[in-house]
Amino acid sequence: MGLTQNATVVDDGLKSELSKKGIVVTTMNELYNWGRRSSIWPMQFGLACCAIEMIATACARYDIARFGAELFRASPRQSDLMIVAGTVTKKMTPQVVRLYNQMAEPKYLITMGACSIAGGPFIDGYNVLRGIDRFIPVDVHLPGCPPRPEALLYGLMELQKKIDSQVIEKTEWYQKGLTREFPIPELGPRGLVPKFNPEVWQPREVDHRKERYGQPIVIRRKAKAPDLDAAPAPPRPAAAKPQPTQPPKPTV
Amino acid sequence: MEKTVTLQDSGAIDTQTLDINIGPQHPSTHGVFRMNMKLDGETVVSLKPVMGYLHRNHEQIAENMFYLGSMPYTDRLDYFNSMTNNFVYALTVEKLAQIEVPERADYIRVIMSELTRLVNHVSVTGFLLNDLGAFFTPVLYAFRERERILDIFEEVSGARMMCNYFRFGGVKYDLSGEALVAIKDVVSRFPKFLDEYEKLLTKNEILCMRCQNVGILSPELAISASITGPMLRASGVNYDIRKVDNYSIYDRFKFRVPLGKVGDVYDRYYVRILEMRESLKILEQALKEIPAGEIMAKKMAPFVKAPRNFKPPLGESYARVEAPKGELGIYIVSDGTPQPWRYHVRAPSFINLTILEDLCVGHKVADAVVILGSVDIVLGEVDR
Ligand code: SF4
Repeated sequence: MGLTQNATVVDDGLKSELSKKGIVVTTMNELYNWGRRSSIWPMQFGLACCAIEMIATACARYDIARFGAELFRASPRQSDLMIVAGTVTKKMTPQVVRLYNQMAEPKYLITMGACSIAGGPFIDGYNVLRGIDRFIPVDVHLPGCPPRPEALLYGLMELQKKIDSQVIEKTEWYQKGLTREFPIPELGPRGLVPKFNPEVWQPREVDHRKERYGQPIVIRRKAKAPDLDAAPAPPRPAAAKPQPTQPPKPTV
Repeated sequence: MEKTVTLQDSGAIDTQTLDINIGPQHPSTHGVFRMNMKLDGETVVSLKPVMGYLHRNHEQIAENMFYLGSMPYTDRLDYFNSMTNNFVYALTVEKLAQIEVPERADYIRVIMSELTRLVNHVSVTGFLLNDLGAFFTPVLYAFRERERILDIFEEVSGARMMCNYFRFGGVKYDLSGEALVAIKDVVSRFPKFLDEYEKLLTKNEILCMRCQNVGILSPELAISASITGPMLRASGVNYDIRKVDNYSIYDRFKFRVPLGKVGDVYDRYYVRILEMRESLKILEQALKEIPAGEIMAKKMAPFVKAPRNFKPPLGESYARVEAPKGELGIYIVSDGTPQPWRYHVRAPSFINLTILEDLCVGHKVADAVVILGSVDIVLGEVDR
């Protein structure tokens, strides 16, 4: 990403020379982006645990207002930034995509927390989406479970850098006739249809999950209930106690 | 729905009922919760809660996890109160495997769960006022205090919210002297904050008018719907699991159980404030009495490094604690393997939510939002 393409437009020496005389030299881009990045209005949209850290960021100690982003709007139509804070379940995915579609351009998206990036601790659950980036484009990924408020502020600063680097004439949302509508998945009997949006996300060719993140949780079918009426075990050290175990059938 | 608006002879205006949906994305639903309402004018005729937007398969994952592996997942049940969630899970497994907890660990557990109660009650009153229209100012006060307590959590466990601090047979780290000083500091400052908070709110006329006689829950309905926690006590039923069940070492502390009279939103608010004062009493006593010593049971020493080898004996157990939201219980059936055969959570906010329709019918929409705020739900626990 060319995050620095606006940086050298005006010569710094000239700028400081003129500013001594009370003249501010800037470009249209810089002025415009300065305005935009200093008043990002996030959407008041919390999904799970991470939302509480988002609220904590907005409160007195961390004070997101220092970055001009304190105005949490309840309506997507009034907001510039969507912070997907929490676990996106399959039932919630259509709503998240619809909310993103409803936001007015230019719009940005921060995924906050491991859950919205890739499913997080609940990745093995049958109802948890493995990352919202399958359906809508993400600007800043913010890992953590939950990310600290400082991390959210850092993510916001990264987003501001991205906004600063945009050139008005070239940005896609400033072109004529742009309609960015992402298909809204539907919850069918076999999960989400479509499973992902190929324009935004392609499935990885090699699944590195096992090497990098350890064993996935194997969901086994538990067929036979333990017989609790059998003579209660005498209180002995738990580990030393041999138990009849039936080998479970692994069905992933 | 085909009726047209007609002015009838009696002078009353006959109107259509209107279906509206609040949620899943709505600032006053405290997360992803949906209320299907039927309105007559502005009055709620019927209300259907729709849940499941945050169903994260907690139980299924826990059934395929080794025992200690579920401890971090319990943090994420009710994400305001990770310590009490840890507490109930530790208690259940200790009951199952008959593990004795050292005394110091017991004290640390009580201190942590009472601090958690402070965090929860202070934030829930903040959010309740947010729903009432006092936009964000009470939350600022509440979160200022919450941050102080979270600092303590961070010092003792390493994380602000998701503490993962309890272990079977004890706790993970010992309380350092500095942490104890910090807790004492918080406990000594907190009454002053409560006084300030109450001065702004308790006799506030707007708060009284919006809350009194709104959403009255009768004790009979509360008992038959198995409501627990501050909601039940606000209706005047004296039932506190810390008193009834005496789990852990709660029988050593002197505290009273605050009860409400009417059972309306105001009582629920005020019971929570009074409960915070009682929690402070428990904290003071616990800080005075806390002994030195071990923090981990001897029996569990081999499993500290290798928790995957932990196999409780065949059997079942259910333990419950008085979580800030009500009776939180976990039921485990063990078949002697490293994974539980069945794992079930009795989530207080889920069960407290079942009577939402009875509370809301006949009130205005704005009141329904307030009533939901006073039920004190956390969707992570409702949907699990
Ligand atoms: S990343 Fe962690 S804290 Fe955030 S929503 Fe997921 S489980 Fe909760």
